[in-house]
Amino acid sequence: MTDLDKFLEKINNNIKIEPKDWMPDGYRKHLQRQMSQHAHSEVIGMQPEGNWITRAPSLRAKVILLAKVQDEAGHGQYLYSAAETLGKSRAVYIEELQSRKAKYSSIFNYPTLNWADMGAVGWLVDGAAIVNQVSLQKTSYGPYARAMVKICKEESFHQRQGYEIISKMALGSPEQKEMAQDAMNRFWWPSIMMFGPHDQDSARSGDAMKWGIKIESNDDLRQKFIDKTVAQAELIGLTIPDKDLKWNEETKHYDFGAMDWDEFWSVVNGDGPCNDDRINHHIKAHEEGRWVREAANAYAEKNN
Amino acid sequence: MKNELINYCLRLGDSSLILGQRLAEWCSKGPMLEEDIALTNISLDFFGQSRMLYSYIAELKGGDETEDTVAFRRNEREFYNILLAERPNGHFGDTIVRSFFVDAFNFHHYSKLKESKDSVIAAFAEKSLKEVVYHLRHSSEWVIRLGDGTEESKLKVQTSLNELWSYTGDMFDMNDGDHLLTSEGIAIDLEEIKPLWNATIESVLKRGKLDLPESKYMQKGSRNAMHSEYLGHLLCEMQYIQRAYPNSQW
Repeated sequence: MTDLDKFLEKINNNIKIEPKDWMPDGYRKHLQRQMSQHAHSEVIGMQPEGNWITRAPSLRAKVILLAKVQDEAGHGQYLYSAAETLGKSRAVYIEELQSRKAKYSSIFNYPTLNWADMGAVGWLVDGAAIVNQVSLQKTSYGPYARAMVKICKEESFHQRQGYEIISKMALGSPEQKEMAQDAMNRFWWPSIMMFGPHDQDSARSGDAMKWGIKIESNDDLRQKFIDKTVAQAELIGLTIPDKDLKWNEETKHYDFGAMDWDEFWSVVNGDGPCNDDRINHHIKAHEEGRWVREAANAYAEKNN
Repeated sequence: MKNELINYCLRLGDSSLILGQRLAEWCSKGPMLEEDIALTNISLDFFGQSRMLYSYIAELKGGDETEDTVAFRRNEREFYNILLAERPNGHFGDTIVRSFFVDAFNFHHYSKLKESKDSVIAAFAEKSLKEVVYHLRHSSEWVIRLGDGTEESKLKVQTSLNELWSYTGDMFDMNDGDHLLTSEGIAIDLEEIKPLWNATIESVLKRGKLDLPESKYMQKGSRNAMHSEYLGHLLCEMQYIQRAYPNSQW
């Protein structure tokens, strides 16, 4: 039996691949890319929500949001550690982020413009992320699967908190309701595009499925998310900005309209409203912190 | 004595809120992910502390007051936070030194205040002290690391110490109400805290191979709600939604 046969046998028997196990080079590279992208998304995702911490409308809301963003930082830290088991350091992953070689979830390239956006991000963006992450709890790489189990627990809180924010506004004053609908209008399409291109257009899906990294297809996950979200929107009187959205008795799923893939790819490729701001913010903080990291290292060396 | 008690709680609660707000500004800007998490953790503690006191104030005042009306519906001249709390974040060393001065003060202050005859204040001090022990360890360790790190970090943190030093005297300032509450066993005579605070500062600076700043003059005024210009801007940002939509629920 070759190494590859043994590896595939494990995958087929749902035995997790661990850091010291043999793995195909393509498997390692795919995971390095996907896990670091996931970590970067957590870290860059701190910015659009961090944007509202100092302006949160109540002390309770402020504390919940701050704790949430802190969770994201923790997830980033945790995912970088998991990704480091693939033989690349956090520093290198961060360099790849800053040189734009690595990507992060495109959703964070949209601005957060009113308080209801904190609701929309929690409810829709984290909601979409959870659907994906629940599925990834069964992924074939052990450290990644375990990270997902831990992260999913916190994300489901975040989603509920987000829904609470937007519900209060949707059911509040006319001005609040308007902000809630505005947030819905801006975040709906980018949220459902978070699942990535249609299956037939998804270049890397084939290998990822074969290797057990990806368990469910982009389109299946997207459908799951839409099906569970429509009723939640109706409950609080928000309109989903898709005139083609309707229940299909035959398929027992919602049909929905065409997504704007030109916009999607333009944002992925760097031309979204906040791509430059997000990366520049990250680089600035990293550069401004350099002397601090150097001091910490120098102190540790002197005192070891 | 109710007014004095409210004013005293505002002093404690505002200092926590304003410093918490400043530390929250660090979110996504820390020198490393671990510090981002630490600074926001401390910020969360401060918000928790202020909420405890604001709820008490709302209860004492009665009527429609809530923790949020206390936090979001007052102007600059109604805030009693210590001047240090509103100093801008500056660079990481500035933030650490500001926290270090305040944490050392809170540590000694709350160690005594937990014996207060007012049960809410005593409970507040006891709960906060547990958090402050960690805050002080965090800021002290960074002062030492930066002081004994590189030439650059030493110079930077020494400058932060020298620049922020003149705001430390304000922490110990007391008004007539504070003296009254002290005589009743509710508040603490801050003169007693000063030597303890000095000893902590000196010992940490020594370990960080840093110099104790020279005392020339001390700023004060916050005990009478006199502030720097920075506070107004902080409040504008913090209070904006509550001011723009005053009758809404969030």
